[in-house]
Amino acid sequence: MADRPANSGHARGNLPPLSLHVPEPPFRPGDPVDYSYLTIPLAGAQPRPDEACSASETWPLCQDLIRVLDDDNRAVGPWDPKLDGETLRRILRTMALTRAFDDRMYRGQRQGKTSFYMKCTGEEATSVASAFALADDDMVFPSYRQQGILIARGYPLTEMINQIYSNRADKLKGRQLPIMYSSRDHSFFTISGNLATQYPQAAGWAMASAIKGDTRIAASWIGEGSSAEGDAHAAFTFATVFNAPVVFNIVNNQWAISSFSGFAGGERATFAAKAVGYGIAGLRVDGNDALAVYAAMRWAANRARSNMGPTLIEHFTYRAEGHSTSDDPSAYRSAQERSEWPLGDPIMRLKRHLIALGEWSEEQHEAMDREQIDQVKAATKEAEKNGILGHGLHHPFHTMFEDVFEDLPWNLQEQAEQAIRERRIKWPTWKEYE
Amino acid sequence: MMTLEEAPLSLAKAPTRRLNMIEAINDALDIMMERDPGVVVFGEDVGYFGGVFRATAGLQKKYGKTRVFDTPINECGIIGAAVGMGAYGLRPVPEIQFADYIYPGLDQLISEAARLRYRSAGEFTAPITVRSPFGGGIFGGQTHSQSPEALFTHVAGIKTIIPSTPHDAKGLLIAAIEDNDPVIFFEPKRIYNGPFSGNYDKPVEPWAKHKDSEVPEGYYRIPLGKARVVREGEAMTVLAYGTMIHVAEAVLAEKGVDAEIIDLRTLVPIDIETVQKSVEKTGKCLIVHEATRTSGFGAELSALVQERCFYHLEAPIERVTGFDTPYPHSLEWAYFPGPVRIGEAVDRLLKA
Repeated sequence: MADRPANSGHARGNLPPLSLHVPEPPFRPGDPVDYSYLTIPLAGAQPRPDEACSASETWPLCQDLIRVLDDDNRAVGPWDPKLDGETLRRILRTMALTRAFDDRMYRGQRQGKTSFYMKCTGEEATSVASAFALADDDMVFPSYRQQGILIARGYPLTEMINQIYSNRADKLKGRQLPIMYSSRDHSFFTISGNLATQYPQAAGWAMASAIKGDTRIAASWIGEGSSAEGDAHAAFTFATVFNAPVVFNIVNNQWAISSFSGFAGGERATFAAKAVGYGIAGLRVDGNDALAVYAAMRWAANRARSNMGPTLIEHFTYRAEGHSTSDDPSAYRSAQERSEWPLGDPIMRLKRHLIALGEWSEEQHEAMDREQIDQVKAATKEAEKNGILGHGLHHPFHTMFEDVFEDLPWNLQEQAEQAIRERRIKWPTWKEYE
Repeated sequence: MMTLEEAPLSLAKAPTRRLNMIEAINDALDIMMERDPGVVVFGEDVGYFGGVFRATAGLQKKYGKTRVFDTPINECGIIGAAVGMGAYGLRPVPEIQFADYIYPGLDQLISEAARLRYRSAGEFTAPITVRSPFGGGIFGGQTHSQSPEALFTHVAGIKTIIPSTPHDAKGLLIAAIEDNDPVIFFEPKRIYNGPFSGNYDKPVEPWAKHKDSEVPEGYYRIPLGKARVVREGEAMTVLAYGTMIHVAEAVLAEKGVDAEIIDLRTLVPIDIETVQKSVEKTGKCLIVHEATRTSGFGAELSALVQERCFYHLEAPIERVTGFDTPYPHSLEWAYFPGPVRIGEAVDRLLKA
């Protein structure tokens, strides 16, 4: 180790030695959970600036928390979007369906029907209520936990399950990891799996929409953890420089696999506060309050659509389940965190609000739950007709070589023939399903 | 045969333990952190949790949070910070959670770590070892399966290491950490828990049944740049590394072919002497890697072999590789260069 650079390592004079700060989450497994350190402002107390205001008028909201549903299940304050009963019920049903879907797919993975799954439990409002506030042809660039958007836009559950099973009906031809959906028809960009890469792409799509004089805007979602990626900085910079009509969502669900939000800078600043540095509008919203999420997204979408540029929205929420089926959160966080989460459950909160309005009842809710379990079950059965992962009913072998390029080059043609030959050597009686 | 240089310092009688590859890597990190207070370990989820594959389990508890810590999700930051710490005089061992996620850090690796020594005429160096699980066979789809080793072997100034056994993983990682140049240490995640014959429809064998899971206790190093002759033979030379060593070994054993199998262990700098000696002896060469074919490391190997052994070759060099597509999910085993693909190439060489 002779050529390690020389360094004396001696303290200079009487100066105290430096020390490295490594963030530590407030609770670890077994710890009692006390969230009293979180500042939860009263619902309805946050001012709602005009959608055409200067960006700086929103900046106090980056330190606040926009809330609409109060402790008595009423919608209060200037951010109340004043939605009618039918719209509220549709949002509720979509969030509940997303959860019912997640529960069944999670079990399916455990039963060996697929390799992998990711739930969005507790975060349903951040995608579903946002989707209701956007136009259906606004382009979304999601991360891997926004299945609620696809469901809100009416993408068939059976198609989602076909993708999860990588079966012969999978529109993505069995190429992608489960839940990495794509649907151009639903203005839903192909999910990458690499983190935050979709953020600058959303800025670019929005710039293109502006270049062409379109009226559609873009919206994108990342987690607070992946807001640390350089792509986020690139996205904010391009969006602010070109005043791109894009809404950036940071879903702050407190945990990035085992790393708490402090490892993304959450100890010192809110995630919404990044807006200040880039000179764009910023909102920080109670992510478990579907009405607040709807109102914030609606505000940002209207602003973008009227050529007033980008908005960053931090959705303050909690990842109630593990990162994925490959994760075990009991190894790194207190199990009490979920039950103690001070912002409650987005589905329960909206349900109680609807009941308080006289637009819903416990009986209706129970009936909906039963109905949705059956709906998901039926979709699952339908998908299983086309196979589950690893049981032979997949796309034909040559599809593996398609779409690498628009046209199949000679080497891939040769390799496709080789793949089929190898199959016949291994299973002489094998026939390709077409 | 183990050379003197490879032998544990505590000599041949050093007690051994049965370890899987993860445990061997963990042991190497533990030993180096103990020996050198400059060694620091960091990356996404490596601290309290001990890594998503558990490679750093227990290290934070033992060495404290300022030597083993989680980082922001920013691979550019992870590698860039490692370069800075190396400049200070530390010996950073950052982890990139999956090789598929290393690309945001490429500028720091290619333009910075690899060239510090050259551009500063040796004033500054990057004594960093970037560990990263790579390779497929775990239904990881296109973002958890790639084998990007050739991207790094193409960069002047980076060493690229790929172990294939727990024994080698420990000795190579220790040597990599002690090396004063930047090292990419790719860990074949398919064989973390046991060697893999390529027969995905058969139960997984644990490492405990494999002779190379017997890992000497304490410090020992396997020098970088030295290949391992897995098996001596006359019929052909097989050049491979990582998971594919075990797949090739199983195929050749099943076929009863007296092949000489060489585990390269280090791609850069490559042990050309061992490669050349073997091909000159056998006259035939089969190259096996999981990565895509075009511009894969097999192309470099093939060129080296024909440059140096042309007049000894009795047959065209064979390359068995992954296909030139992204790694698919449902058709993973059709993509993987398994026993059938290797078997066909072996047959062609035997007939030649």
